[in-house]
Amino acid sequence: MLKYILKKLLIMVLTLWIIITLTFVLMVSVPGSPFNSEGNSNEIVQQNLERHYNLDKPIHVQYLLYLKSVATLDFGPSIKQPNQTVNDLLGRGFPISAELGLITIIVAVISGIILGILAALRHNGVIDYLAMGIAVLGISIPNFILATLLIQKLAVDWEFFPVATWKSPMHMVLPVLALATGPMAIIARLTRSTMLEVLTQDYIKMARAKGLTPWKIIVKHALRNALMPVITIMGTLLAGIMTGSFVIEQIFAIPGMGKYFVESINHRDFPVIMGTTVFYSAFLIVMLFLVDIAYGILDPRIKVTKKEGE
Amino acid sequence: MKPNQNPQHYNQENVPDEWFTWRKKDIKEQELVARPSLSYWKDAWRRLRKNFLAMSGLVFLILLVLMAIFGPILSPYDANTQVLSKQYQPPSAEHWFGTDNAGRDVFTRTWYGARISLFVGFMAALIDVTIGIIWGGISGYKGGRTDNVMMRIIEILYGIPYLLVVILLLVVLGPSLSTIIIALTVTGWVGMARIVRGQVMQIKNYEYVLASKSFGTKTPRIIRRGLLPNTMGPIIVQMTLTVPSAIFAEAFLSFIGLGISSPNASWGVMANDSLGAILSGNWWTLFFPAFFISFTMFAFNVLGDGLQDALDPKLRK
Repeated sequence: MLKYILKKLLIMVLTLWIIITLTFVLMVSVPGSPFNSEGNSNEIVQQNLERHYNLDKPIHVQYLLYLKSVATLDFGPSIKQPNQTVNDLLGRGFPISAELGLITIIVAVISGIILGILAALRHNGVIDYLAMGIAVLGISIPNFILATLLIQKLAVDWEFFPVATWKSPMHMVLPVLALATGPMAIIARLTRSTMLEVLTQDYIKMARAKGLTPWKIIVKHALRNALMPVITIMGTLLAGIMTGSFVIEQIFAIPGMGKYFVESINHRDFPVIMGTTVFYSAFLIVMLFLVDIAYGILDPRIKVTKKEGE
Repeated sequence: MKPNQNPQHYNQENVPDEWFTWRKKDIKEQELVARPSLSYWKDAWRRLRKNFLAMSGLVFLILLVLMAIFGPILSPYDANTQVLSKQYQPPSAEHWFGTDNAGRDVFTRTWYGARISLFVGFMAALIDVTIGIIWGGISGYKGGRTDNVMMRIIEILYGIPYLLVVILLLVVLGPSLSTIIIALTVTGWVGMARIVRGQVMQIKNYEYVLASKSFGTKTPRIIRRGLLPNTMGPIIVQMTLTVPSAIFAEAFLSFIGLGISSPNASWGVMANDSLGAILSGNWWTLFFPAFFISFTMFAFNVLGDGLQDALDPKLRK
């Protein structure tokens, strides 16, 4: 187990290093200086930037200093907003984005699993077709289109929910709905197919023969094994929700990290782009690592195959 | 008692000759197969045809490709000509899908958008498949140290968040059709390579591969003729998932301002342009691109599901 964790840890560090290096290389290779874009006549900002990025030093020194500043979580100042550092933006945006992401994950996982179980229990029945119909639609409709439809119908036409911003639980309903539908659909399909597989196994027949109630069979016996694949795709789902939040935050005018990120792309605010990319990637990679570890702990078969393999 | 006195006990000596008939001429006829033999692909097609949803998806996609090719020719309007006197006309006999904020014909633009979206999707899938087959094929077939190194590289690339790298590349390279395709494929091939490797590793231990090795067949030929045809099923299924995800990525990128630049139509650009318009009631400018993005993804998804069932020999009845 320790060896497994160490191996994953090593890969995680390598991946992080590649991303950090890639951002550096891309920044250096931007034609001209990325800090000289039009409209940037502020003398002080210019000096701050040059000092922060050590543009007067040779390139390998720049690289080492950049690595050091990333390691100490100092992403430097923004170009467009003179008195802002990237850290300020992250500090303001991240809690809101994290809240949105967390609620979305919880909603998606719970509703996806319930939908999947219902579909599996009524295999080839009306509920099954209905649930899978919803799931395929959920996968097919891009979240930004769903978001605009929801705003148009539920917020503008019927005025059930506020159109935008992030203030009260009512404000959260539409963005969470738009963001959670895709992951929910994926989880529902996955839960259904593994449930169908698990339900044919002998130990389920055994449980039924013992006279356990269907509810107990599902919760105590079937669900445990059916949820393993859901855990494996959590990392991918997290990545999807995170990138999805870029547009959702933009559409609903939620002042989260995604909104700043998209704004920085539109303004070509390179330090913010680089800082947020590295931060996002690091966050995601650590999450992937945790998912891997959780899977290793939860699935006893991983240890067995490791021993046999050696 | 001797066993052959019992009439029910026959052996080689006492079987009466009249039980046998001499069949001289019709040896060829005996070799005939009663039913036409089904190749893997014919069988898969037979089963796919029974799947209504998957076939509807296929028909929709074929129609879409045809319209992407011929649609702009059929329409009397140009996709980029702005007629400012005809802003936001609702769908009518004149403009089937209405006109947009600059008086451009949405019908024409939709099919131009289909061209770009489908081109991005298919090109990305094609490049993914090419790199994936080469990488996964070598990795799976060689095994050992080569496989180990190649898989570690894949594992590292797999951890890199896909869309973030795409965004980063596009910010630096500048958005255009070719840079979008390049950006989408830089880490996109990893999934395909994993699938090909898994398949090749499984198949390379079969006897027929051993047989062709013992005939002295060279490695590239074994991979090309012996292994790849049998990995085609999962590869095709994966492709039907890659195309819509590339189309989605292109729409997503257009949406955050990194897509094809605005006078050119792509579905993502059109949807992004008309976001404000629907709030003032001009629903059609968003509806048509949104409908076609969603329906194309839907069609690919159901076709992929159908193909997965049809191409899996284990489900053969």
